[in-house]
Amino acid sequence: MATQFRSASGLKRVRGLGSAHAGAHHWWVQRLTAAGNLLLGAWFVASLIFLPDLGRTTVLQWLAAPVNAIPMLLFVLSTVWHMRLGVQVMVEDYVAAPSSRRLLLLLLDVYAVAVAAISLFAILKIALGVTNG
Amino acid sequence: MAKLTLPANSRISSSGKTYPAPAGAKRTRTFKIYRWSPDDGQNPRFDRYTIDLDDCGPMVLDALIKIKGEVDPTLTFRRSCREGICGSCAMNIDGSNTLACTMAIEDIRGEVTITPLPHMEVVKDLVPDMTHFYAQYASIKPWLQTSTPAPNMKERLQAPEDRAKLDGLYECILCACCSTSCPSYWWNGDRFLGPAILLQAYRWLADSRDEATGERLDALEDPFRLYRCHTIMNCATVCPKGLNPAKAIAEIKKMMLERA
Repeated sequence: MATQFRSASGLKRVRGLGSAHAGAHHWWVQRLTAAGNLLLGAWFVASLIFLPDLGRTTVLQWLAAPVNAIPMLLFVLSTVWHMRLGVQVMVEDYVAAPSSRRLLLLLLDVYAVAVAAISLFAILKIALGVTNG
Repeated sequence: MAKLTLPANSRISSSGKTYPAPAGAKRTRTFKIYRWSPDDGQNPRFDRYTIDLDDCGPMVLDALIKIKGEVDPTLTFRRSCREGICGSCAMNIDGSNTLACTMAIEDIRGEVTITPLPHMEVVKDLVPDMTHFYAQYASIKPWLQTSTPAPNMKERLQAPEDRAKLDGLYECILCACCSTSCPSYWWNGDRFLGPAILLQAYRWLADSRDEATGERLDALEDPFRLYRCHTIMNCATVCPKGLNPAKAIAEIKKMMLERA
């Protein structure tokens, strides 16, 4: 039986490397950004519905207004942050090998930062009116 | 990755034996039972036993005892109290973890399929290896921890309303039905403490006499030990004592937030 050959005692295996003393903040921010996504997502969809049309000029004008650009920036931050935290949980759930887990979490960070940077830049460019035609 | 297929030597072979009903039996039921022995080098199999319900007690455990006593003495399972208080006969019956002694045969339709608690190493037949589960229990220090000496020659008193906070917690019999029904425990049971152990941990966090609340929370605050719980709720669905480990876990998370 496999248990006979385990070198460590059961308690040593369970205690492992000890508690990380982390997780509460991650858990709370995930819920906070979920609420943010719900509110800002509802605002975003409602805003698009109430636009007279969804043509390029109309949407650009809508997004250029600070009253829309600022919630849009927050919406991007909230969704990307929520995605970053949520996908981390999935990776930790299903990827057991420490090396693959570490690599995937690194790629996730790169992806989240890239998506956030590009989206925020695009919104700011439209909102601040620095267009190149 | 999470293992979604069984290793080759864990796959169920089709070589199961069939034991027919005794002659003259009118009301019969077939029990399809997982069999595996570490001694014969064979893959696991399902054996089918058809028994006479008119000559058997009402519970699944009654049928198992009848099969072992009268049909096949090699059938191996744990049992002790036969009244839902020891937790020994926890197993998967008809697709759901429960206690064989409190599960009525008549509440199951058709063939009664019985397997060991899911995702545990099997010692033999329906007997899972509980070593890791018990070590996890030991790791939460399931005893009263105090710095204040006990009153001279007296017990530590507790107000009735404080005692009431342990209701829904103290009843846990550590049968492991909940933990072994939890997908998070299946995938990460090496580090996730699982619903049973976390409910027990909360039982001590909620005890008005315990003085180690902070240390207990310190030990639990970990992405794997506690926060692998994703509120899937299988634990509360299967608990044969009707407890709600998911709620206990939520209470621990609230305590974490309170001190953050």
